[in-house]
Amino acid sequence: MLGEGILKGLAETARNFLGSYVSKERLTTVEYPDERIPTAENARVFPFLVYDGPDWQAGMRCVACQICEKECPPKCIYIEKSKDKKPDYVGKQQFYPARFDIDISVCMSCQICVEVCPFEAIKMDTQFELATDNRFGGLLMDRQELAKSNEYYHQIHPTEASEVDARLAEEKAKVEAKAKAAPPAPAAKPAAPASATPKPAPAAAEAKAATPAPADAASKAPPAASAPKTEASAPTEKPAAAITPEAPAPKPASPKEEPPTGGKD
Amino acid sequence: MAAKIDQIFIIFANWVAGFFPAAWHAAITHVLGVIGIVSIFPALFAITTVLERKGLGRMQNRLGPNRVGPAGFLQPVADGIKSLTKEDVVPFTANGIMHFLAPLVLVVTVFMGFAVLPVGRHMQLVDMDSGLLFFFAMGAATELSVFMAGWSSRNKYSILGAMRAVAQMISYEVPMLLSAVAVVMIVGSLSLPRIVAAQDTYSGIWPHWFIFTPWGFAAFLIYAIAATSESNRSPFDLPEGESEIVAGYHTEYSGFKFALFFLGEYLAMFALSGLGTTLFLGGWAAPFSGLNFIPSWIWFFAKVMMSISVFIWMRGTFPRLRQDQLMNFAWKFILPLALLDLIVTAIWRFLGPGWQQWVVCCAILIVAYVVMGRLAFAVKHIGPRRYRYAEEGSR
Repeated sequence: MLGEGILKGLAETARNFLGSYVSKERLTTVEYPDERIPTAENARVFPFLVYDGPDWQAGMRCVACQICEKECPPKCIYIEKSKDKKPDYVGKQQFYPARFDIDISVCMSCQICVEVCPFEAIKMDTQFELATDNRFGGLLMDRQELAKSNEYYHQIHPTEASEVDARLAEEKAKVEAKAKAAPPAPAAKPAAPASATPKPAPAAAEAKAATPAPADAASKAPPAASAPKTEASAPTEKPAAAITPEAPAPKPASPKEEPPTGGKD
Repeated sequence: MAAKIDQIFIIFANWVAGFFPAAWHAAITHVLGVIGIVSIFPALFAITTVLERKGLGRMQNRLGPNRVGPAGFLQPVADGIKSLTKEDVVPFTANGIMHFLAPLVLVVTVFMGFAVLPVGRHMQLVDMDSGLLFFFAMGAATELSVFMAGWSSRNKYSILGAMRAVAQMISYEVPMLLSAVAVVMIVGSLSLPRIVAAQDTYSGIWPHWFIFTPWGFAAFLIYAIAATSESNRSPFDLPEGESEIVAGYHTEYSGFKFALFFLGEYLAMFALSGLGTTLFLGGWAAPFSGLNFIPSWIWFFAKVMMSISVFIWMRGTFPRLRQDQLMNFAWKFILPLALLDLIVTAIWRFLGPGWQQWVVCCAILIVAYVVMGRLAFAVKHIGPRRYRYAEEGSR
């Protein structure tokens, strides 16, 4: 019958119109600046650098290996290696990035940097409100802007962050087990054996790698991993940097010193 | 008291005219009427734009404007300021005078149509004996402005839009006039107040509107379709089909000239709704005899706004027609039905009151509608489009 489809169409829009006053499903708009839906857990925007503990420079996981810089398809990462070294999460002396810039106006959010990073140092952020009125510098993120704490990482990607924590803890336990098996050469390190014991270990070396992870992260940590992961106490971390098994002559202040890079820090 | 409120604008105009010498009275009341028309209908336009956008939004599961003012109702103010402060760009090769005149001609001719429209009891600017004719003459003049705009812009999209608009408006003017002729045949007058007066009677509580007769219903449907097309509203918005020809004949207009085109289109919609109300929906007459205490002008504007909401509803529902579908529909479907409706109206007139006229007229119209619908569906280029390859592929 001619005109049947017209009436059907009119009925459909009338249902939409009237339904929008009673049914939430017919009015799905989220009025964005006023209200917002939480980002999906696997959302990703641009990369950020993870650091452990309270101090972003001391706890920076990045060791300036420059793999991400080489792998980055649009070449938006610029890294300058430091001259000196600082201990990493297991206490090994590592370089750190004296300069780490990501031009997010070039970045294409491919996540390749995250996939190639062997140190779990670079992860994808969910922060998308990055508009700036500075056309040139505003979208060039330096390492301070990029540095985000592990707690923040747990907040935005809880599952992934827990897995990463577990992996790091496992690695660290392995290193410690090795250190325990081969008795520490300098006996002057009381902290090292102490830290190797799985249970109490409030010791400095542990606390450094340990993160104040949420409870779910702790529960997911493998039992072999050292327990101190859970009792992460932030204040113990700084001295921790000094006492490490493989660092007989630690340089406690060095990570905090700003290398003369002439960067925009 | 109710009668006084009903006539409050007339009383006010006469009171103002009382301050002037007697020779000026007619002029003063007319000027006041003009001021009323020129202020009320643009105000209605402003309200309609925001209501339309909100209503369309709801039909499409979104909110519509809600930022400016309470619930977005100051949006037209913001739009007006924007269009006033925008740069008025005239193409270098455009015919300047024509380009300037086109929006003015549109708005002026559309406003002229309101002169004969009875917006309430005794409330028409000019009680012309040939008011209907005058109205249609003014409506036809808008085509001139549309073509002026398209031609003077010196832009291929503009001229395409203008050609489409003129073809469409002339095609649909024919069935629209014929549907109005049916009313004239029954009333025996071209005067719009007389047409309303003919419908302002009741049997019991039920009104004698022409839409409640078989010929009137058919004529009303034809009129509504033709009016939608005349005012270039979706689904007949080919002249300004955004996806094909940018904005049609007002592609090259910006700033306030564009706003004038916009205003002119909406005013044409109001005028056509007002005329449809007058011809078929009883004009300012109340829908039930008991509701006569409500002023006649409230009824008129309520009916106009109802028609406008149907316009908006249709815009939110239908996709745009193709040019050939539009023309086929006008000349091969609407026009024959309109002509048949004239015959039915004559039968209705000469059969006289009784059940026979209802049966005969209804039967003729329904049979004609069904048969023509079947025929239309059978003809390949008028009926539903068959996607040969897609259908074969799916089989």
